[in-house]
Amino acid sequence: MEFLSYLNYFHRLTIQRPVNLFKKLVLSGVALLGFSYSQAQINLPFEVHGNFQVDVQYYLEDSSIGAPPVPEEVLTNGFGNLTFSRGNFNAGLRYESYLNPLLGFDTRYKGNGITYRYADYTVGDLNITLGNFYEQFGSGLIFRSYEERGLGLDNAMDGIRLKYNPVAGVYLKGFIATQRYYFDEAGLVRGADGEIALSEAFEGLKSSKTLITLGTAVVSKFQSDDDPIYKLPENVLAFAPRIRINRGNFGLYSEYAYKYNDPSAINATAENPGGIYKPGQGMYINTTYSRKGLGVSLSGKFIDNMSYRSDRAAVSNDLHLSYLPALTKQQTYRLATLYPYASQPNGEVGYQADIFYNFKPGSKLGGKYGTYIALNYSRANGLDTTRTNDELGYESKFFKMGPDKYFEEVNVEFQKKVNKDLKFLVTYIYTLYDEGVIKALGDKYGKIYANIGILEMQYKISKTHSMRAEVQHLYTEQDKGNWAMLLLEYTISPHWFVAAFDEYNYGNEIKENRLHYPNISMGYTKGANRITMGYGKQREGLLCVGGVCRQVPASNGFSLSVTSSF
Amino acid sequence: MKKIAALFLLFTISAYGVFAQDKDTKSSGIPTVNVKGLDGAIVSSDIITNEGKPIILSFWATWCKPCVTELNALSEIYPDWKAETGVKIVIVSIDDARSAATVGPFVNGKGWDYEVYLDPNGDFKRAMNVNMVPHTFLLDGKREVVNQHTSYAPGDEDKLFELVKKVAAGQPLK
Repeated sequence: MEFLSYLNYFHRLTIQRPVNLFKKLVLSGVALLGFSYSQAQINLPFEVHGNFQVDVQYYLEDSSIGAPPVPEEVLTNGFGNLTFSRGNFNAGLRYESYLNPLLGFDTRYKGNGITYRYADYTVGDLNITLGNFYEQFGSGLIFRSYEERGLGLDNAMDGIRLKYNPVAGVYLKGFIATQRYYFDEAGLVRGADGEIALSEAFEGLKSSKTLITLGTAVVSKFQSDDDPIYKLPENVLAFAPRIRINRGNFGLYSEYAYKYNDPSAINATAENPGGIYKPGQGMYINTTYSRKGLGVSLSGKFIDNMSYRSDRAAVSNDLHLSYLPALTKQQTYRLATLYPYASQPNGEVGYQADIFYNFKPGSKLGGKYGTYIALNYSRANGLDTTRTNDELGYESKFFKMGPDKYFEEVNVEFQKKVNKDLKFLVTYIYTLYDEGVIKALGDKYGKIYANIGILEMQYKISKTHSMRAEVQHLYTEQDKGNWAMLLLEYTISPHWFVAAFDEYNYGNEIKENRLHYPNISMGYTKGANRITMGYGKQREGLLCVGGVCRQVPASNGFSLSVTSSF
Repeated sequence: MKKIAALFLLFTISAYGVFAQDKDTKSSGIPTVNVKGLDGAIVSSDIITNEGKPIILSFWATWCKPCVTELNALSEIYPDWKAETGVKIVIVSIDDARSAATVGPFVNGKGWDYEVYLDPNGDFKRAMNVNMVPHTFLLDGKREVVNQHTSYAPGDEDKLFELVKKVAAGQPLK
């Protein structure tokens, strides 16, 4: 409205006093501008926010730990996001730079560029996204587009997405897009998802104590068949219905997925080098019970030939459509990350149970401050399959565990606050890890059995100074034998930390390989700005953050990391 | 030519004027993004409110040790803070499909009393430009971000409480 009245004013001016118009306009313009600025200062007509991160590593050659030489000596990964928003309108972009990519990141990242840009608008019940977006349908069994910058994973979509919320409790989504492939794009993917929360959508169910939500996802990918020998399906459809039921302290979630035949590099076998034509199936089921002080979660997962990617030739972490995380505990203590499970997209059955319990303060086991205990059990086996001599490859039974145990783990964790300044955390972990299967190394690598004990102490020295120590020990007769680790950390709130740790493979059978991996680091944080520096050796191994694992190489050198957000 | 320049100038300024005025009347606050409740229901981030009182909005994950240490520390003093300033603590878990199902049992097992939301695909995290967890925002009564902090060191909560008290009293932070 205001804008129209300005135009009217302008119109009247031109009719009445055409001669002085320019002078007047400039004057009033300057005055207006001055007024606006004095009022708003840096208040732009839209809000600008962003974040930034750069990781720099200077590499020293160290053949003893197997760190490869780096001719550039210094490698750098960096990115910055900018978002612009105003009311129902959002736009944003991300610039990424890999000069050259850090060791462990795919070398196809090498280069610079704007890799993510989008505009997004909401009109009433309809939301429209043009450009890049991330999306997940259900738990992601057939579709999840996401980013894990620290691991170099980003399968962002680029296209058009609509989200529609016609009535309360009904959510519809649809998209058509290509998928990010490093600095390029690949695939053609179409998807739709609908969800209805019955108690929100239907008047008669509003007072119901049982909340039921139903949903279904459908995804289809297209890739032309250029194969001279095989007749490959050009369009591969997958669908996944799901249900959630909540009542009081109980919750149940289940999702089933089906994928039509999709021969690919992942399900290729010696007999079917182009991939098998067997359809894929998957199921995830989870039930929870929780009340104040107690939480229980039980999950089961069945995966049968469910690798689903926008390009059938894609391997490693490229172009995933389905998201099949390991149904195991995400370990954070360093030695406990030595043997992490990675889900087997071609076939597995897994179970996991979690119990979290807090003995109340004042109770016998609770003491003055309460005692916390967490138990976790997980297990994954191969499928029960029978090989067939046709293009389907094998036969399998739904949700039936095969005899091969790939992974098993028991976690027991205690937390005890002794007084207001001192706290202990004790962890015991038993792991069974089939190296041949999980690392795809073949039959000559067998099972590794490890027992890990961890003691952590947190001590608050004063209001702002505190100390943390970790002692870790891993016992195994296989692989590289025993490991020990000691970590010390000193923090001064709110700005400083310094930490030092050493991982020592003292139990290695080969005497020359009984190596130390020492590391020191320090950091400064102010608000949302953080600078950390480190020096030391990093052992080769799987690095797991946020549900995915990436092989990191052995390295030795200095590192610098800066993150910021505004 | 002059006329065109004048027209352009006027247009720009007018548009700017409209924007600036509109901006003053609108409380933009935190971005509107869909998140999930612990019961799996889709909800808009617009429901994160506290009747004009301050809000602590903390991004965390069950696998993030410093996050859990921070939330444990806050949990002990939360009742006192609430009584004194009316502050509300809202925690947003960025656990993805691997561990999102355990967030409810985990929070209950810890005995935490926070308002909890799930952000399994990082939509809210991205909208708030969170690089890593823990990342804690302090919102004023209009849901505007007045302070933010990444990482946690024991003792940080004392400084946070000083800020909460100022915000609750309507004082500027700088």
